[in-house]
Amino acid sequence: MDVWQDYTKKVMEHYENPRNVGVVENANGEGVVGNPACGDVMKLTIRVENDIIVDVKFKTFGCGAAIATSSMVTEMVKGKSLEEALKISNKTVAEALGGLPRVKMHCSVLAEDALQAAIDDYKKKTGAK
Amino acid sequence: MKPIYMDHHATTPLDPEVLSAMMPYLKTAFGNPSSTTHDFGREARQAVETARQQLADWLGAADSDEIIFTSGATESDNLALKGIAYRSPDEKNHIITLAIEHKAILDTAKYLQKQGYEISYVKIDSHGIIDLDDLRRQIKKNTALISVQAANSEIGTMQPIAEIGAIAHEHGIPFHSDAVQALGKLDINVQRDKIDMLSISGHKFYGPKGIGALYVRKDLRLAPLIHGGGHERGMRSGTLNVPAIVGLAKAAEICERDREKENARLLQLRQKLRQGIESQIEHVQLNGHPEKRLPNNLNFSFAYVEGESLMLACRDVALSSGSACTSTSLQSSYVLRAIGVPDFLAHCSIRFGLGKSNTAEQIDIVLDLLRKHVPRLREMSPLYDLAKAGVDIEQLSWKDHDHDIHE
Ligand code: FES
Repeated sequence: MDVWQDYTKKVMEHYENPRNVGVVENANGEGVVGNPACGDVMKLTIRVENDIIVDVKFKTFGCGAAIATSSMVTEMVKGKSLEEALKISNKTVAEALGGLPRVKMHCSVLAEDALQAAIDDYKKKTGAK
Repeated sequence: MKPIYMDHHATTPLDPEVLSAMMPYLKTAFGNPSSTTHDFGREARQAVETARQQLADWLGAADSDEIIFTSGATESDNLALKGIAYRSPDEKNHIITLAIEHKAILDTAKYLQKQGYEISYVKIDSHGIIDLDDLRRQIKKNTALISVQAANSEIGTMQPIAEIGAIAHEHGIPFHSDAVQALGKLDINVQRDKIDMLSISGHKFYGPKGIGALYVRKDLRLAPLIHGGGHERGMRSGTLNVPAIVGLAKAAEICERDREKENARLLQLRQKLRQGIESQIEHVQLNGHPEKRLPNNLNFSFAYVEGESLMLACRDVALSSGSACTSTSLQSSYVLRAIGVPDFLAHCSIRFGLGKSNTAEQIDIVLDLLRKHVPRLREMSPLYDLAKAGVDIEQLSWKDHDHDIHE
């Protein structure tokens, strides 16, 4: 696939050594989302304490770009307040990876959706608004 | 690590012997085979006609005139379908084919359908094999053509070509077969197998790219797609590509010479690969027929591991995948879907296409890579967790979040 040539060093680095793989043990927020475009799936679990995401882990079924964006989004939100975390969009994640090939932009949406879903789930569970 | 090429259904490297045979026609013997008034042209014509005869013999054709040179199998498939459709009398406007044909057939059929032709797709089983009873049922008074591939490029499934030919002839319907993947591996004889048209592509059997042929039985007339100087009995105009034609015939000669030995070798390698995968990796599914498949083909789904990410992990090995992620349309393989492989398993599919350059050591390397990366990616896969928790993955569906992709 010629698209791999277009993966930045950063994408490859995150794909090869993904950060925060797994499931947070005492998670209080979980988001599982599927990509309606290509059928890929991402699960993000978070532990929130005093409005701060103290721990986050992911599991992803998807292409290299999906794995790299998942890994990157966990790095970006760790230690952030919920409000800050919600500002992260698929575009900021892609930018943090030095960009994604055009055909792979939709993969980064999965990361944004999963984060959103995990935070929603936390809010629902804890009654936070 | 030295890259390993295991994608021989896509293309094959040019055989050095083929290149040597072509060289004189690239360097000095430049004549136009249509220029029969001088030696330059006659030399070229001689080369083309010798090649034509060789190919005719190879395919079991009655006459060398029955070989029409084209730019490749896509053109051959187009010529077969449109050539028949455009010259059949109006009342013969029905074409029968399979849903797992090459896109050169399927897209041509769709194009003809838009122009008012009727297309029927014969039922296939879960291995991709044609249902001959259904074929009989689909035949109508206005059927102009039956087109069925000899073997499939993704799953390697081989069709009972001779039986299809017999049925077609019982009904007086011409039979076309795209034999691109099968040639050089299977024993095909157009007269014995009752094939009226057969598509060939040079680069699939170690010949040059940009050259192919359509065998057209003598009494069959096709409407040409390319008009001009009336070459190739008026069915395909254009100055002949002499070096490529010489290369095509040479490649065929080598293939036939080595066929049995090479097939046996490929079968052994494939058996090693298949056994290695099935015995060393959990949750795998073979796609296609267990036996009736090309000797160089394997197609496996590694459940819960997305195909592109696995290919990326094994990127020193050239493979291909039916995953949606590898296609620009974001659709998983239409072939796998047509034989009923669930979408999520199509997503996890990898095609191994063995060929001349592959060795037993390379199979070991590939098995090592798979053993290492499949479990690693599985550990990363939420689907694996869900499956372990007893969730039926086939039933999962995702709402479209109706979401803009910010670029
Ligand atoms: S996740 Fe399917 S293309 Fe990236």
